[in-house]
Amino acid sequence: MNSAWSSFDFVLLWTDALIFALVAGVLVLVFFIRRQEHLRAPWRAVAQRPMAIGAALVLSVFVVIGLLDSLHYREKMPDSPADAPHYSVDVLSVFDALVGDLRTQQEKTYSEPMAMQLYAKEFVQRDGVAVREYPRLKFGGSHLRHASEREPDITRRSLIGLAQGLAVSLLLFGLLAAWQARRAQNSFGEWFMLWGEGRLDWPGRTVAVIVMLLLMMGGLLIHLAAAYHVFGTDKVGQDVLYISLKSIRTGLVIGTLTTLVTLPLAIGLGIAAGYFRGWIDDVIQYVYTVLNSIPGVLLIAAAVLIVQVYVESNPDLFDTAARRADIRLLALCLIMGVTSWTGLARLLRGESLKLRTLDYVEAARAFGVSHSRIISRHIFPNVFHLVLIAIVLDFSGLVLAEAVLSYVGVGVDPSMHSWGNMINGSRLELAREPVVWWQLGAAFTFMFTLVLAANLFADGVRDAFDPRQGGRR
Amino acid sequence: MLAYILRRLLYAIPILIGVNLLTFALFFIVNTPEDMARMQLGAKHVTPDAIERWKVEHGYDRPLLLNAKASGSAQLTDTIFFQHSAAMFVFEFGKGDDGRNIGNEIRTRMGPSLAIALPVFVIGLLVNITFALLMVFFRSTYLDLWGVVLCVVLMSISGLFYIIAGQYFISKMWNLLPISGFAGGVDGLKFIMLPVLIGVVAGIGSGARWYRTIFLEEIGKDYVRTARAKGLSEVRVLFRHILKNGMIPILTGAVVVLPLLFMGSLITESFFGIPGLGSYTIDAIQAQDFAVVRAMVFLGSFLYIVGLILTDISYSWADPRVRLQ
Repeated sequence: MNSAWSSFDFVLLWTDALIFALVAGVLVLVFFIRRQEHLRAPWRAVAQRPMAIGAALVLSVFVVIGLLDSLHYREKMPDSPADAPHYSVDVLSVFDALVGDLRTQQEKTYSEPMAMQLYAKEFVQRDGVAVREYPRLKFGGSHLRHASEREPDITRRSLIGLAQGLAVSLLLFGLLAAWQARRAQNSFGEWFMLWGEGRLDWPGRTVAVIVMLLLMMGGLLIHLAAAYHVFGTDKVGQDVLYISLKSIRTGLVIGTLTTLVTLPLAIGLGIAAGYFRGWIDDVIQYVYTVLNSIPGVLLIAAAVLIVQVYVESNPDLFDTAARRADIRLLALCLIMGVTSWTGLARLLRGESLKLRTLDYVEAARAFGVSHSRIISRHIFPNVFHLVLIAIVLDFSGLVLAEAVLSYVGVGVDPSMHSWGNMINGSRLELAREPVVWWQLGAAFTFMFTLVLAANLFADGVRDAFDPRQGGRR
Repeated sequence: MLAYILRRLLYAIPILIGVNLLTFALFFIVNTPEDMARMQLGAKHVTPDAIERWKVEHGYDRPLLLNAKASGSAQLTDTIFFQHSAAMFVFEFGKGDDGRNIGNEIRTRMGPSLAIALPVFVIGLLVNITFALLMVFFRSTYLDLWGVVLCVVLMSISGLFYIIAGQYFISKMWNLLPISGFAGGVDGLKFIMLPVLIGVVAGIGSGARWYRTIFLEEIGKDYVRTARAKGLSEVRVLFRHILKNGMIPILTGAVVVLPLLFMGSLITESFFGIPGLGSYTIDAIQAQDFAVVRAMVFLGSFLYIVGLILTDISYSWADPRVRLQ
């Protein structure tokens, strides 16, 4: 046991630490909400919307991948002494360990999705003669003897994958049905009837269909990726599926940590401005008008250039490339956070202005309740829904912004896997003959899925929490 | 009215000073001229001499705020702050790294930026309002429901995808329009069409959905019920009452961005090779030309503040209930 552990060096990147702090915070919040009926009710309303719950399921797949990709470690070099071990400079994650060969099976250069040959002809020595042909890939389809075996093999693997996904989902469904039927003291058949007619107290049909589709897609990908490059390979021969999956963490980090930065600023300053009014209000309004009036991209660009200078002039602070890339990612989140808190702050200011004149707040003040207590007991709980709606609405915009910033050249570190970097890197591939489309396609597909799921979920949350939108649809 | 506008203008000055101080702090204090020189010269050529020469070339060899060596008012004026930051108030931006006058560049590049941004804005506004009205007219039917879903799908697609897909299919596959470039006058029309089309399509999702909620908010009000009660047709109610009142938040929301149209769009201009301010900015960011970035920050803030003032004025113009004192 001891020797197995000592062959790893756990690496805690800054963003990892913040992500796990965030997860812990969310868990505490969930625990708190579960015990308060008035907080639970809107969440139950969210769970009853088929669109929102389906989107949440898709999002959860992304989140699980992102979390697995946030547990980092370094492997011990094989020939290093036991008392002073050397560790590899490559920082890996649990996700890397799980996907195994996907990371290491590197081809020479471009290859099409599911291909068994490279995308360009090369000179190959055959029986002493140089022939120009498409060379076979080292890994993709290397178990095939002849090109004619490829299509039947793909079909066979797809069917096995789909069937396994279906089997697992049916098993899960059976277990769920048994548990639910037992809890409701129905017979199995009765529960099944209720489910089929959509008369359960939760959108059972949508959940079942989405889970089934996700599991079948997972089975398909696992079986195909074991023998092929499902989304092809990029210029240096890396598997595009692997890069796209690795990019999930980057997208999630930007979408969540940025909001984490904005929240204290927006909540603290927004409520303070609206509640205290007077010169405090003037100062805070001045600060956010100034920040707001600077074009966002330019402020981010200026700040990113400054971080770059800092990292370059202090190379000893960051021992691995992963740490350097990580600090830039964190800086990007910080900067985007500092530039984007103004909208929410203005909203909270307006709401607090209204709330402070309400009778119960005036009564609290008349009783001599302290300002901090009034704010935390009376103001904050009444603007919390606005904060929550802003969090979920901002998320998708931030994921999309990452791609644009990477294109401008002020996004995440070029060595970090991200959809923006994928798009940026494949800009010239479309001008190439024949066209290389799969890297661009994969990046857009993944980004679209995440953003669409986030948008649909955000809609559900907003409809459930915003009293103004209640009932209208 | 005039007094109000004057007061708003006076109020804008401290904000511009704030922007100016912030950019000064970002570009000269957090990030010193030495750092800039080191980055521009590259690791190989960094010698104290080379840094000194770079600073003299760019006029960054003065003290930051107070020149103790000079005498009289030159103590304040012969400084980086006065020469490079305060000078922006009179739109004196100095020279970029390519030696050209930034003010001149801005003047010549405003036209092409506007040639793209203005049509995108106007046509986009019309298209979005049309779609929003259609959804409102067919509200609580499947047409409306799927319209909203389609809007969410459209706004979930990255803006980069619209541009790349548009260029690839329309220009490369079907050869309908030139892929990029720019020309003045009528010749320029064929270059403008594709970026305008893509800009409008990319904005439909969020725009139409946003306007739909505005119109729906109006539909719940009493005057609409009254209008229906007097027997007006649904179409008449929609156009005469809802559209007219819904236009107030839409127009005032649009006025804020009106001056910023001069700045152009970074991404569109760089993809389509349009010699406007957007591609100027993006080139400056990529070449780390701090003087240009600083000038664009100031210009952008200035235009934003102009937009804020115009918004206040347009409120009182569009909605007679709003009186400015």
